[in-house]
Amino acid sequence: MPDSGISILFTGSNFWRLLQGLWVTIQISLISVGLSFVFGTLFGLLMTVKNRVVKAFCWLYLNFIRIMPQLVLLFLVYFGVTRQWRINLSAWTSAILVFTLWGTAEMGDLVRGALTSIPVHQYESAAALGMDRKQTFRYVILPQTIRRLIAPSINLITRMIKTTSLVEIIGMVEVLKTGQQIIDANRMKFPTGALWVYGAVFLLYFLVCWPISSLARKLEEKRR
Amino acid sequence: MKKLNTLAALTALSLLAGCGSAASEPVTPDTPDVSEPATETTTETVVYRTLDEIKDSGTIRIGVFSDKAPFGYVNENGEYDGYDVYFAERIGQDLGVDIEYVSLDPANRVEFAETGKVDIVLANFTVTAERAEKVDFALPYMKVQLGIVSSEADPINDVSDLEGTGKELIIAKGTTAETYFENNHPDVVLQKYDAYADAYNALLDGRGAGLSTDNTEVLAWAAVNPGFVVNVAALGDVDTIAPAVSKGNTTLLEWINDEIVSLADEEFFLNDYEATLREVYGEESNAYDLIVEGGVID
Repeated sequence: MPDSGISILFTGSNFWRLLQGLWVTIQISLISVGLSFVFGTLFGLLMTVKNRVVKAFCWLYLNFIRIMPQLVLLFLVYFGVTRQWRINLSAWTSAILVFTLWGTAEMGDLVRGALTSIPVHQYESAAALGMDRKQTFRYVILPQTIRRLIAPSINLITRMIKTTSLVEIIGMVEVLKTGQQIIDANRMKFPTGALWVYGAVFLLYFLVCWPISSLARKLEEKRR
Repeated sequence: MKKLNTLAALTALSLLAGCGSAASEPVTPDTPDVSEPATETTTETVVYRTLDEIKDSGTIRIGVFSDKAPFGYVNENGEYDGYDVYFAERIGQDLGVDIEYVSLDPANRVEFAETGKVDIVLANFTVTAERAEKVDFALPYMKVQLGIVSSEADPINDVSDLEGTGKELIIAKGTTAETYFENNHPDVVLQKYDAYADAYNALLDGRGAGLSTDNTEVLAWAAVNPGFVVNVAALGDVDTIAPAVSKGNTTLLEWINDEIVSLADEEFFLNDYEATLREVYGEESNAYDLIVEGGVID
């Protein structure tokens, strides 16, 4: 049977299913990224507070989240919470919770880094110009912080999008899992199908991540 | 302040999760609150749903494989299919409820059953003592043993064909086959490979007289590789495959056991084999090498 592997993508509803899987990926990513940016900014500000107790809390949270692989976090939240407290979180809730917790920690650290990297003379110059604290922050510090944040936070977004493929472990079917289902179901009919399906999955991830990256590039150019 | 932050996060999340699940497809395990028996705040809160609770809810959640054809997979129309799913469909039908399939992986099957995230695990779940401490297994509906695939021209019809004949047996390292032959047939000369793919290639190249691993594997392989046969299809210890439920969910467990016993009258699992496994294992395969009818192992 002269099978061209590419037809695996167009057999039955295979391609449509991949798109549905992609939609799950996008939904989890969008919601988590949105929440992470809000909470991450707050967390980043909190990290610059010079109170020892607050510092210790932030350090503990950041490192706990960083050290734990996301896979373990998913397991802990989805299964662990039920086992420990008999609270049954749905897979959706667990996934968004985990990715938001992670995104908040990472985004917070980025915000902290950007804020503290602004040299002291910027504050001093602003003061010399007669700006008060609010004005200094609004017109001097914030614009520079945002510019420094663009590249690393875009990097974080794309990282989060790609990491959502882990939700497969808590029973969610996103784009990569859909791809694996298609490959397996057609193992005999399309032995070379894997390459095509993974190629399509790669392309879909690319189509999602590339516009975000190019938007970041444009924003950075505009800021300059 | 950090506490507040997390609290706010949690509330926001639960709100969002509500929206998310409403839009979600049936492929996601959108588990209804098991915390719903809030009235029952004693220490005896359980994670599973009893048979009546499942019937009342109108939906049963069954965990199956979604990428392990021919046992549990999603066909090209996006529907769950396979030997396990055929049985799951019947369970749903006889309970009179809809089925919500949850896609499982080999690594998370125990957790899903243990925490009641699914009502039944029907994912080619081999019964082991270790697993039985965490979940309750029903009667078996399938079994796995070792098989030996060999070339049609020079077939291995019995293990004795390998003993003292200079014929070598190919196996993959770390498999049950390796342990079995080392312990029970030390005279058989083994050729060990790290990966299954290498082992099968070795057989194709004629580097060994036969290859042994799970009979489900060798049967499927022989069916698509002309010139090879499985003349030893049921060797060694019998591993059984059974549905699993949360520990202590006796009402559901008993219902499944009764179901399996009563289905024997219509040779349900033979029909299941014909519908889902026959095309994979070939016309000459013997269904009873794999299926278990009525939960009885002979």
